[in-house]
Amino acid sequence: MMINTSRIKQFKENLETKRWLLPALLVFVFALSLVIQQFELLDPYVQLIIMYVGINIILTLSLNLINGYMGEFSVGHAGFMAIGAYVASFLTVKVFPTDMAAWLFPLAVIAGGMVAGVVGLVVAFPSFKTRGDYLAIVTLAFGMIVKSVIENIDALGGPRGFLGMEKLSTLPWVFFWVLISVWVIRNLIYSNFGRGVLSIREDEIASDLMSVNTNHVKVLAFTVSSFFAGIAGGLFAHLLQFINPRAFDIIKSTDILIMVYLGGIGSIAGSVIGATVYTVLLEVLRPMGIWRMVFMPLVLVLLMIFRPRGIMGLREFRWFVPVRDMLASRLWREKKAGT
Amino acid sequence: MSVLKAENVTHYFDGLAAVSGFNLNLEPYELVGIIGPNGAGKTTIFNLITGVYKATHGSISFAGTEIVGRTPSAITALGIARTFQNIRLFKELSVLDNVRIAHYARVRYSPVEALLHMGRFQKEEEEIIGHSMDLLAFLKLDAYADEVSKNLPYGLQRRLEIARALATRPQLLLLDEPAAGMNPNEVSQLMEFIKWIRKEFDLTILLIEHQMHLVMNICERLLVLDFGETIAEGLPRDIQKNPRVLEVYLGEVKC
Repeated sequence: MMINTSRIKQFKENLETKRWLLPALLVFVFALSLVIQQFELLDPYVQLIIMYVGINIILTLSLNLINGYMGEFSVGHAGFMAIGAYVASFLTVKVFPTDMAAWLFPLAVIAGGMVAGVVGLVVAFPSFKTRGDYLAIVTLAFGMIVKSVIENIDALGGPRGFLGMEKLSTLPWVFFWVLISVWVIRNLIYSNFGRGVLSIREDEIASDLMSVNTNHVKVLAFTVSSFFAGIAGGLFAHLLQFINPRAFDIIKSTDILIMVYLGGIGSIAGSVIGATVYTVLLEVLRPMGIWRMVFMPLVLVLLMIFRPRGIMGLREFRWFVPVRDMLASRLWREKKAGT
Repeated sequence: MSVLKAENVTHYFDGLAAVSGFNLNLEPYELVGIIGPNGAGKTTIFNLITGVYKATHGSISFAGTEIVGRTPSAITALGIARTFQNIRLFKELSVLDNVRIAHYARVRYSPVEALLHMGRFQKEEEEIIGHSMDLLAFLKLDAYADEVSKNLPYGLQRRLEIARALATRPQLLLLDEPAAGMNPNEVSQLMEFIKWIRKEFDLTILLIEHQMHLVMNICERLLVLDFGETIAEGLPRDIQKNPRVLEVYLGEVKC
């Protein structure tokens, strides 16, 4: 017993020291991204791909919260992205003074996220009554509505699209937002709220009967998820400097779905890996031309057959899980043995 | 004061009366059983009490509070917990997480504190883990705390369901066929277990069961349901001799 106890203690201390490495590493990478941006150390094309990866990570995480962690099936996520993209772009181009746009850019992105978050409620409310396939139809319709609404607003350029944004999305900004989304979603998942989200996936009725206020949980999940999709939209618009409604159609939603299921449902690490692998692979395979669109789906088919839960389905790296949760039962035993 | 009082509760499914004119009065610490053939409306009554269905007519009050029309989560938070006929654990989650989820209503920290993992968050989370593990240890499930709940053997899954229900700190526990799929030996153990948790947690228990051995031995009072109607109520030994009950269970006696 004594040996066992001290081993756990050591393991815990070990974990805690390793945990300091992570923030240190992140600060370093952030500084690096600033330097790269300042002195143009990286090929602009490579920079562009890295930023795409970042934006896709945010999108994948946000959809994973709904589809992976909560077990609903949303297929209209590009709609939230579109809202974020248009709101942020409209603000930087038409509302904010041009010379201030660069400084007010974070505000524009946040505003885009917030509007998307509020619109997320539109999908949260039907989810109280319907789920599964039916909710999927609701989200599908939602995506279509967003697209056709934008197509019919002249102030936003209608079907021609909207341009005039400066290239305000930079490596440090994208990196910053990826960190925020990973951090927020991790903290929420490892909380009472997150356990509520998981219990809805496992068994919604049982969850309600175990005192989980499922309506609250759903509202919070949809709001957080669409907020981050909106953030990704704002970043995307200021990277591409041109958006049109077609960029946010069902194909885009499908892309996000693929990244979620490739990386693995219910996993933050999976979201990061899925988004990275998919985005990079698509770029690397560009020389294949049209065959790329045969190869990628084939990869997915094989993945679903041999690893249906995706690369990291329902799993997480150990160092990523809060010590309290990681060692919950062992720390309790240690405490009992101590007293 | 009675723990649960159901008065003239009636519930229709598209015009079909699943339960009609149901009355029940549970005193504190009572152990009451509901029996009846399949489709008699027993589980429907549980669903009406816990808010899964909203009674078409009638009133149900828990410790003096009217609960018809409240959501299941609100009713559970008031102090009614249940288990299910076909086990409904959170299968892919660990045993500990199953019990932790049942603490949902008692958390006081705000979503913002959860987001930052700060403020009341740390303390409350540790309390939840502590309480959950204590409860698991009490029910001899602590050795399985980190197992995925679907991997537990059947009997332990049933026990975990009870542990999860107890984690909501109920006054009234509803057990829906707790002995389903158990052999006679396991049923005897279960009877002791039910009596023991009633004592330890000071519970009022209402249970549905098909195993006559169990209900006749531990229930202080029985209700017999058939086609949604209460056809008999009373002490187990009286129920055993009741002609209407015999008719329902054994068929009409023609002489």
